[in-house]
Amino acid sequence: MNLSTYETVKNTDANVWFEIAKESDFPKNGGVCIKYKDKQIAVYNFTRKGTWYACQNLCPHKLEMVLSRGMIGDEGGIPKVACPMHKKTFSLESGENLNGDLEAIAVYPVKIEKGIVYVGFSE
Amino acid sequence: MKNVLVVGNGMVGYKFCEKFRASQKDGDYKLIVFGEEPRPAYDRVHLSEYFENQDAQKLELAPREWYRENNIELITSERITSINSKQKEIETSSKKTYPYDYLVLATGSSPFVPPIDGVDKQGVFVYRTIEDLEDMLTYAAKLKKEKPNSKATVLGGGLLGLEAAKAVMDMGLEPHVVEFADKLMPRQLDNSGSNILKQKLESLGINIHLSKATSKILGNGKIEGMQFKGADRLDTDMLVISAGIRPRDELAKTCDLEAGPRGGIVVNNKMQTSDPSIYAIGEVALYNQMIYGLVAPGYEMADIAVEQILGSSEKFMSEHIDMSTKLKLIGVDVASFGNPFVPAEEGHSILFENKINHVYKRINISTDGKKLLGGILIGDAEDYNMLHQIYLNGMALPENIEDLVLGARSEGDDSFGSAMALPDSAQICSCENVSKKDICGSLLEGEATNFKEVVCQTKATSGCGGCKPMVTELVNETLKSLGQEVKETICEHFEYTRQELYDIIKVKKIRTFDEALDACGIGHGCETCKPLIASILASLYNDTANKEDVIQDSNDKFLANIQRNGTYSVVPRIPGGEITPEKLITIGEVGKKYNLYTKITGGQRIDLFGAQLHELPGIWKTLIDAGFESGHAYGKSLRTVKSCVGSTWCRYGMDESVSFAIELEDRYKGLRSPHKIKGGVSGCIRECAEARGKDFGVIAVEGGWNLYVCGNGGATPKHAQLLAEQIDNETCIKYLDRFLMYYIQTAAPLMRTAAWLDKLEGGIEQLKKVVVEDSLSIAAELEEEMQQLVDAYECEWRQIVENEELQGRFKHYLNSDETDDNLVFVPMRDQKMPKAW
Ligand code: SRM
Ligand SMILES: Cc1cc2nc3c(=O)[nH]c(=O)nc-3n(C[C@H](O)[C@H](O)[C@H](O)COP(=O)(O)OP(=O)(O)OC[C@H]3O[C@@H](n4cnc5c(N)ncnc54)[C@H](O)[C@@H]3O)c2cc1C
Ligand code: SF4
Ligand code: FES
Repeated sequence: MNLSTYETVKNTDANVWFEIAKESDFPKNGGVCIKYKDKQIAVYNFTRKGTWYACQNLCPHKLEMVLSRGMIGDEGGIPKVACPMHKKTFSLESGENLNGDLEAIAVYPVKIEKGIVYVGFSE
Repeated sequence: MKNVLVVGNGMVGYKFCEKFRASQKDGDYKLIVFGEEPRPAYDRVHLSEYFENQDAQKLELAPREWYRENNIELITSERITSINSKQKEIETSSKKTYPYDYLVLATGSSPFVPPIDGVDKQGVFVYRTIEDLEDMLTYAAKLKKEKPNSKATVLGGGLLGLEAAKAVMDMGLEPHVVEFADKLMPRQLDNSGSNILKQKLESLGINIHLSKATSKILGNGKIEGMQFKGADRLDTDMLVISAGIRPRDELAKTCDLEAGPRGGIVVNNKMQTSDPSIYAIGEVALYNQMIYGLVAPGYEMADIAVEQILGSSEKFMSEHIDMSTKLKLIGVDVASFGNPFVPAEEGHSILFENKINHVYKRINISTDGKKLLGGILIGDAEDYNMLHQIYLNGMALPENIEDLVLGARSEGDDSFGSAMALPDSAQICSCENVSKKDICGSLLEGEATNFKEVVCQTKATSGCGGCKPMVTELVNETLKSLGQEVKETICEHFEYTRQELYDIIKVKKIRTFDEALDACGIGHGCETCKPLIASILASLYNDTANKEDVIQDSNDKFLANIQRNGTYSVVPRIPGGEITPEKLITIGEVGKKYNLYTKITGGQRIDLFGAQLHELPGIWKTLIDAGFESGHAYGKSLRTVKSCVGSTWCRYGMDESVSFAIELEDRYKGLRSPHKIKGGVSGCIRECAEARGKDFGVIAVEGGWNLYVCGNGGATPKHAQLLAEQIDNETCIKYLDRFLMYYIQTAAPLMRTAAWLDKLEGGIEQLKKVVVEDSLSIAAELEEEMQQLVDAYECEWRQIVENEELQGRFKHYLNSDETDDNLVFVPMRDQKMPKAW
């Protein structure tokens, strides 16, 4: 388990779009964890905002694989996730730790095509 | 008009400009600043953040326009090559000359590169400027393409070296640190501290090599390895040298300024060099025979030089310079303050070491036990700010000195004082030199009215940000003292207190979180308001957590307590602690089948730890088939009603405490509330059930039950107080219904009954009036509401077990049936436990 496995992928840099599942398989306003190769990625269906987000599942605080189980919300307009362990919060846009000075988490682009959800990676 | 020239546009040169223009808007002085680097001054302290986004602008201390607006001429990509002190002139690399009245040297320092054979090979870097980082990134990217598991080594295990190691690790290279000394951060840490830090870093994947003297850089054109004295070598594809700094004092030689034997331009306490019209500040200045490689002393020097040049005050550089530091490395807290090493004859050290969690603390106290001299914190530096202040201000130590090491031993309790206890002169933000008086004063004098404005006014927290918790505390406490009871609104999404929101939701008959947001909130919610509304909805309608699982706190979402490694615990309800042998056998079988750590809890039941998400529904199916229900150990809800054996068996028992405890537990099970609720029933005043340590407690006496309320153990223990005497079962339940419902409707979030009673005007007497005498005429309503909740109860685990669709969330991956392969357990006596953090 290594933080360096996870690196932010910009939408424009994604060259692999990994198919996850049907849109309807995702809980509304909540997160799930998905597996891509050796990576665990949290994917959030922010239904209230009508947007999707993805980030590493690994919380940089105590290196636990738990962020997908965190609660999502916003702070000053920035969409965020709160780690279920100790409620450290991270921007889902930049990955930045909003309530502390932890390492930023890696974020990934998500796209929906014909009702199927894909997460973008750069290989 | 006088000319002030600043050579060097680094952090300290910039600070000089800022302070200069703050005192001298325009008019008498022309200010020109020269920088050799291509861009305006940037935040070197946070240089490593460049790796995250490669956004140089984000690091800029001020944009070019700022210099223009402030009437400062900024000339970048221009090095000053000599000083002619007789003519009072300087010359630049493009052979231009500029006259000066005052010259300020802020040329900083450069990384020290030891003269090792082969350091000029390709792939060897230093770590000081944005360009250095760009070069490293390019090289690392090339390496990774050619050889996927390339190694990168950092030479030097000091503060900066460790930061560099983290950086190369983030680049996806295998990180190594080579240190000449026999410990890490030799200037800040003792041996034990270094050992713990080493173990911790190794657990994060950084390889540490101590006591290694590098004799040669190996490789053909580009680096391939390092040769150490003795026969060892280390293969590496890249090297970052972080072996200390050398002041950039080249200019001193061009005009005979006095320099130190090991470099640095000598200054006095006015920051003047041996030539009174030339000043030196920052990392190039040799003050008290020392170069201070930190930004805070540099900023103070800038301040002194400004004051001296403008003649506006007789301020001198402090005699003693604080070198305390906190490392901003990920995953490990490391801090060192004051004198970390105090020898035995000068003081005592209190040591704390926990090898399992990689925590080490050392606090040095004067021989008379009165003063804090310094210390080291590794693995947990939460108390750094407060300790640092105690040290800086020579403050009195707490009665139990060990509190300094063990810290706040209970949640939310500052065991050694609050920031308000600091003297007015205490420097809270050392980067910007902001005192407690500056912070509190800006509020007291009305210049600022909240945290953000205080930051604008004073600049506190805008440097390294380490002082933020303390500034926040000072702001909140000062506002409170001004009577501006910061209205305890829930969060940015709801401008209401919990009680107000409770009433709104009840009156408007709101049933979901989104309805609440739309009706009376803004934005999209957060981890504070979501669970709070979930709790209110549950208290109003007794909807279980399954109805809207995404607004539940993680524990409620999965109906289990999340544990240290992300596994869960399972606590079936065992009302009153009474259990049949058959049920005990079922628990045993479940524990065995799923290999769970099993323990009797302090609440008279059994906890099974270490279950994985996907195992929970199966475990609960077995338990429910055997007649168990959820124990709600995860919820802010009724936990247990503890009982003693009572008159059923006990020769002193006055009544059947077990029967009554079971009746009460069954009545209130599943009841969601602002905080958890615990009860107890004892069969006589010997009180074996500890009922007076509970939120409600019932004790059998001659002629009925005595009912006590608002007690708890926990962080702030309180004995429960007598609400009614010698009442029968029925009356007891009636009073309890009223009491609990009243508490649920009016308490603040996460406020237990004892704290609630403390805040209730009139205290227990008032509570008696409301509950027993019905002075507010709400008793009937409260009873009715409670009865509705009791009738609406459903076991939420049964709902899951019986509904396959609800089981969907109990799965580690959405797109795979594999389980989390990151879990590591280690043996613990005859059972198991999670591997330490
Ligand atoms: C398992 C148990 C310890 C044990 O091994 O005995 C325990 C374990 C936890 N307690 Fe406790 N407490 C346990 C009995 C107690 C007791 C003793 C009692 O109930 O008689 C107390 C003091 C009495 C009291 O609450 O008044 C107690 C006071 C706390 C507190 C402090 C509450 C306070 O008001 O200060 C917390 C923190 C909180 O709730 O915010 C807490 C929180 C916790 C949490 C939930 C911490 C967490 O969030 O992970 C622990 C979860 C363990 C788990 O995953 O199951 N636990 N805890 C006990 C479970 C009892 C049960 O069967 O449900
Ligand atoms: C990666 C890293 C992390 C750090 N972390 C911390 C930390 O956490 N806490 C802390 O307190 N400190 C930290 N420091 C140290 C801190 O950055 C320095 O103390 C601070 O930058 C010193 O400021 P300065 O202005 O004296 O020197 P500099 O910031 O180095 O600025 C000097 C400038 O002068 C220019 N210059 C030199 N000679 C000439 C010339 N002849 N003509 C024109 N220009 C010239 C240089 O190019 C440079 O731009 C860190 C440093 C690094 C590199
Ligand atoms: S079980 Fe209770 S007392 Fe023990 S560590 Fe957990 S919260 Fe603290
Ligand atoms: S593990 Fe995520 S906040 Fe602690």
